[in-house]
Amino acid sequence: MKTNDVMLQTVTKVVTFIILMFAVHIFFAGHYTPGGGFVGGLLTASAIVLLMLAFGIRTVKKIIPVNYVVMTSVGLLVAIGTAAASILFDVPFFTHAYDYFELPLFGETSLHSALLFDVGVYLVVVGVTMTIIQTIGEDE
Amino acid sequence: MEIIMSVVIGFMFMAAVYLMLSKSLIRIIIGTGLLSHGAHLLLLTMGGLGGEAPPVVAYGVSVSDYADPLPQALILTAIVISFAVTSFFLVVAYRAYQELGTDNMELLKGTEDHE
Amino acid sequence: MSNLLLFPIIIPLIMATILMLFPNKIKMQRLVALLSALVTLIASLFLLFKVYNDGIQVVTLGSWPAPFGISMVSDLFSALLVVTTSLIVLFVVLYSFPTIGIKREQSFYYPAVLFLLTGVNGAFTTGDIFNLFVFVEVLLMASYTLIVHGGERQQLRESIKYLLVNIISSALFVAAVALLYSVTGTLNMADLAVKIPQIENTGILTVIAVLFLVVFGFKAAIFPLYFWLPASYHAPPMPILALFGALLTKVGVYAIMRTYTLFFTMNVGFTHELLAIIAILTILAGCVGALAYFDVKKIIIYNIIIAVGVILFGVSQLNEAGVQGSILYLIHDMMIKAALFFLVGIVAVIFGTSNLRKMGGLMKTYPVLGWTYLVAAFGLAGIPPLSGFPGKLLIVQGGFEGPQFWGSIVILATSLIVLLSAVRIFIYAFWGEPVETEPLKKSAYHAMLIPSMLLVAITVFFGVGAELFMPLVSGAAEVLLNPSLYIEAVFKE
Repeated sequence: MKTNDVMLQTVTKVVTFIILMFAVHIFFAGHYTPGGGFVGGLLTASAIVLLMLAFGIRTVKKIIPVNYVVMTSVGLLVAIGTAAASILFDVPFFTHAYDYFELPLFGETSLHSALLFDVGVYLVVVGVTMTIIQTIGEDE
Repeated sequence: MEIIMSVVIGFMFMAAVYLMLSKSLIRIIIGTGLLSHGAHLLLLTMGGLGGEAPPVVAYGVSVSDYADPLPQALILTAIVISFAVTSFFLVVAYRAYQELGTDNMELLKGTEDHE
Repeated sequence: MSNLLLFPIIIPLIMATILMLFPNKIKMQRLVALLSALVTLIASLFLLFKVYNDGIQVVTLGSWPAPFGISMVSDLFSALLVVTTSLIVLFVVLYSFPTIGIKREQSFYYPAVLFLLTGVNGAFTTGDIFNLFVFVEVLLMASYTLIVHGGERQQLRESIKYLLVNIISSALFVAAVALLYSVTGTLNMADLAVKIPQIENTGILTVIAVLFLVVFGFKAAIFPLYFWLPASYHAPPMPILALFGALLTKVGVYAIMRTYTLFFTMNVGFTHELLAIIAILTILAGCVGALAYFDVKKIIIYNIIIAVGVILFGVSQLNEAGVQGSILYLIHDMMIKAALFFLVGIVAVIFGTSNLRKMGGLMKTYPVLGWTYLVAAFGLAGIPPLSGFPGKLLIVQGGFEGPQFWGSIVILATSLIVLLSAVRIFIYAFWGEPVETEPLKKSAYHAMLIPSMLLVAITVFFGVGAELFMPLVSGAAEVLLNPSLYIEAVFKE
């Protein structure tokens, strides 16, 4: 039986990008206010899941040809690497560095090494969530 | 407020125990989810519910108005962990259902070479 | 190098992550896994050396001051356990090459082992009770993947129960931490040791202490919370079983030892007597199981439970001899259990079954295996001068000096049962009428036997040369008995 997905597919095309933008917003908001890599990652994963629901797993795999296990592993490496960088400076593990920079377009912005850590968390969350969902969803 | 929270926590634990005692695997998984949420709520309540401002330093907020940040950090960690464990449990349960052909705990008793 | 004590945690973590990138290149997987286990062992030996010379090592993550940040503390006790853990994982990796099978090796077996190493080393090192929860979850997560690894029917069925038990105990752990935080307002172990004696209402603290005993008791498999262990441990293949039997319950034992010596000492008359009674009951329950089964895996599994009881009885006496004995016996037990599982694994592979009744007559064809097993079995039972003896001697002495002298008598009596249960395997499998067996490839046999023999040799050395290790053990016991040393080290930073 073939169901009619036109509504879902049309809405998805718009909504996915809204979710993704919101994920980016939440991710950067985590700098000084509630938010961060974990929530951002979950939102991104939910956007991808929505795509999968509307267009099928195979199509989405073709659009986003990412091996999510590798993504998880890279994310973990980024996160541990950020934390472990403090060993090189001989300060306790997980010590972060931050400073204020004058950036074009943004003005004075604070940059924090915790951001890198959060990028790692983001990648891990997206990777793990998508791995789980693919494992369950793939076999019929 | 703490008393209401305690009642809610107790209710969640009760529901969790009830669900975990049933035979169906999926109900057991839902029960474990409820159990860990009850534990998280307990963590939140035990830290004290005072303080309305989010525990992020802002101008013009006196120190006594902040919520205790530690339980929040602990809960976030615990939620992430229980999220991971629950999803893993679901995958294992699904595989077990495929492989063993049942989700009835009654039929999963004992070992194969039971002596 | 203030971060030295973190190396045994970080190295396996990073290496496991890297191993996840190329699951199908088995030769690389084996090489990298072996190297990272080796490097971890070297780092932990360095750490032990450093702690022995310079005293307790402390680092508080993120440069926060001590009670606010997460402290990682390495005293002699935890450093000794970290060394033992790394050593065992090295041997398990070696033993896995011929036994675990290519299919499992291709699906993230070695990363899971290294993640487990991360979790165990972290749990031994941390100085924060919530961080202990996190590391326990890390090692549990790795153990979930390992216990179901391969997806055989029995594994799937048992892993569901294993998962359920551990999820319940984790939820209780969070609840216990919540209650402790509400009473004391801190979760740093050293800070807890300062704050708890100042609290006058010891009743609520006693309740929390018993709740923690339940939580850690699930992991350590004490009476009556051991019910899940025999069936779950029976399911996975032998190297994983060796890893679990040697390390997982010991994390629970370590947690009980740490909390019950460092800060839950406000009502010793109740909590520690309870611990002693439970320990003795654990020994008795384990003995019943060890004698009842005719399955080689089950017999050794029940011996894990007996050992947990013996170790905890030593701690519950809270005197020098008892605690020293517990530390010695803990280290001995981790190594001897791994060695026994290795050897029993070879026997099971040769016969193609783990049922004792279908075995017999191995002595003619595999004499070296037989004698190695006999040495390990005698070591398990604590026959002098092998490794079980000095630990058990000190525990028994501690019992006679302490309030529960009857416990020592039980331990002495049950030693005979332990010996009987282990020698029974020897009698059935190695003596008697030879049974038709599939001939084993020489290379595979040697690849399995050599790590087992090395590990047995190390335990023999640990027993014969116990005098050499005594300064380390007595230093470790001193910190456990004098919490002020621990507290000073943490707050000095």
